[in-house]
Amino acid sequence: MPVRPTAALSALLTAALTASALTACGSGSGSSPNTLKVSYKQSTDNSIKVMDTYLAGVKKEFEKKYPGKKVEFVPVKAPDSDYYTKVQQLMRSPRTAPDLVYEDTFLINSDATSGYLKPLDPYLANWPDWQQFLGNAKASARGEDGKTYGVPDGTDTRGLWFDKRVFHKAGLPLDWQPRTWDDILAAARTIKQKVPGVVPLNVYTGKPAGERATMQGMEMLLYGTGDGTSDPLYDSRSKKWIAGSQGFTDSLKFVETVYKEKLGPDVSDALDPNYYTTVVGELMPQGKVGIDLDGSWLPQNWLPGSGRDWPGWSKQLGLAYMPTEHGQAPGKVSMSGGWTWAIPAKAGKPGLAFDFIRTMQTEANAKKWYIANSGIALRKDVAADPSYATAQPGIKFFTDLVSSTHYRPAYPAYPKVSTAIQEAMESVTTGDSSAQKAASAYDSTLKDVTGGQVVQK
Amino acid sequence: MRHSPGRARRFTRALPLTPAVVLILLFLAGPIAYCVYIAFTDLQLTGQAHSSFVGFANFRRAFRDSEFINAVWLTLVFTVLSSLVGQNTLGLALAALMKRASKPVRTITGAVVVTAWVLPEVVAGFLLYAFFRREGTLNAVLDWLHLPRQNWLFTLPVLAVSFANVWRGTAFSMLVYSAALDEIPAEITEAAEVDGAGGWRRMWHVTLPMIRRSIATNLMLNTLQTLSVFGLIWVMTRGGPGNKSQTLPLFMYEQAFQNSMIGYGTAVALLLLLVGSLFSVVYLRLLRTEV
Repeated sequence: MPVRPTAALSALLTAALTASALTACGSGSGSSPNTLKVSYKQSTDNSIKVMDTYLAGVKKEFEKKYPGKKVEFVPVKAPDSDYYTKVQQLMRSPRTAPDLVYEDTFLINSDATSGYLKPLDPYLANWPDWQQFLGNAKASARGEDGKTYGVPDGTDTRGLWFDKRVFHKAGLPLDWQPRTWDDILAAARTIKQKVPGVVPLNVYTGKPAGERATMQGMEMLLYGTGDGTSDPLYDSRSKKWIAGSQGFTDSLKFVETVYKEKLGPDVSDALDPNYYTTVVGELMPQGKVGIDLDGSWLPQNWLPGSGRDWPGWSKQLGLAYMPTEHGQAPGKVSMSGGWTWAIPAKAGKPGLAFDFIRTMQTEANAKKWYIANSGIALRKDVAADPSYATAQPGIKFFTDLVSSTHYRPAYPAYPKVSTAIQEAMESVTTGDSSAQKAASAYDSTLKDVTGGQVVQK
Repeated sequence: MRHSPGRARRFTRALPLTPAVVLILLFLAGPIAYCVYIAFTDLQLTGQAHSSFVGFANFRRAFRDSEFINAVWLTLVFTVLSSLVGQNTLGLALAALMKRASKPVRTITGAVVVTAWVLPEVVAGFLLYAFFRREGTLNAVLDWLHLPRQNWLFTLPVLAVSFANVWRGTAFSMLVYSAALDEIPAEITEAAEVDGAGGWRRMWHVTLPMIRRSIATNLMLNTLQTLSVFGLIWVMTRGGPGNKSQTLPLFMYEQAFQNSMIGYGTAVALLLLLVGSLFSVVYLRLLRTEV
């Protein structure tokens, strides 16, 4: 089939033109005053419909309660970082801004600074249920200016998952609870020696793992250094980022030890962008991971209907909280993130949007949601409800961690700081530089990405 | 009676072109002009109340940024390896071989090669990821041959993604060259054969000069397409390990959308456009010179 090169060229041009025309026109909307537009993150996995099912139920309830009003969903099907980008672009213009968005707590400050979000304080003041939310949950949705920009719908905590099958073979106790970092390393060394063929200790690291490496890896270590009262990343008094801290170097040293002594996964596996999927989908169910420093949401992956059913997980896996560096007070450490429902500053129907939040956050609906998505309750009434605490093994363990958890310093520079942390981790993981050297490289990158807003500690 | 076309007539002749011109201005020139403007500001996607004009600061920053220099270098390596050397030569070789092959062989080869081309970039990326990963097909084959295995995406990331791009993009070159070869009059080839020219001589002295224009066009399209490859590399290595396969499009994405620095990312995009136009100028000159 002879094709003239020019024919191919014009075909390409036509395709390019069509594509740009389509994307440019796709966002136009004929918005009616009675239609509420709600944007949320739809799972990229077609078989997971947890949020869609839940929201459909709320929509039904809402439309019954407010006759004449309609809810229209604008789902965004994308991985986390692309979802943020898409929603930020939607919120930039009144023509495209939805009335309600699902917003990650760590972007609250950044997006509020950009003028994308509406302060919710006047609405919250008249909403009795707001009293039910835990203090640090409320804080996670508060901006630097003291105003609240979102209603959190749950959180997560982190800890150590360990495999009882592996521990049994290694002769380690099945009610394992390390008191210091050295205890963790000691257990990993025992596993390495006695149970060949398994990953003794998995700690996410490096840029390919992204925020997973920063939060489940570095920050779970870093927030367990020092006295546990002040933030080791950001000094809120001087509003500057912290450089040159001993805790940072110590945390990098831990990562270095894990990979240098081959206690962790093979370096090339650890730096594979899809490693998380391998860990939860293959290695853990097969009993090939001794200890995994990871989040409360893991069971989501093994529940019936997830495509990777693992009914035995709650019997085969044990849970231990992450200890502080030397076992100093408060003894345990956890990090929390979570999402909120927020109203864009350019939303057309903010009042109606808040009514939708109220419908989502009745005690019954909130409980339904926490249980459906393996989330951790932030409402005192739900947390105290026995039917919530027993809905899934592990819920109690992770809910109890909420009292000793930390939130990230979610300021506008945070995403860049996070990348700098991943780079430092990666260079000690590959052995390209020592913990000391990687820490000083981080200090200079930190200075660069925060515009010099750095303090030595 | 012959008139030189008057102004009115010229206008009516231009009239049917108007919709196309408007479309191009609206959807191509418009966004490009807007991009040029943004590249001179410190616009951020989030975390900023107002953006301001910063002159050439973004461009100065790029040239001082070692990661940018690294990305430019990797982009050139990737483009030369996968487009100039890989897709182009392999495409020509396939086209030449298929011309001599029997019809079933031609059909089957064509179908296989074109399938790789019509696959969405992301799907192709996952296929090649599965091929190169540690537990992947390539290592299984190496095991079977008793050869040492390794994690290709970790040890040789640029080579792996270049191979992926060759695998995916060769079909285009093959189609272009098949068309070009079909247009060479049979009598010329026969004349060369009668004169005693062997296969290689015929290729070098007859075929290549005759399809010179197709070569230039193909090189230009291939290069421009390869310069902007994103999905393939993103899926296979995400630019890693470290920055060892971070070409300009990935660097641009990281700056603009992960670090939210739209202004800087756009400046990098303009620089990428510049690299593309440099290549184009070279090819256009190649196209113009007469033999």
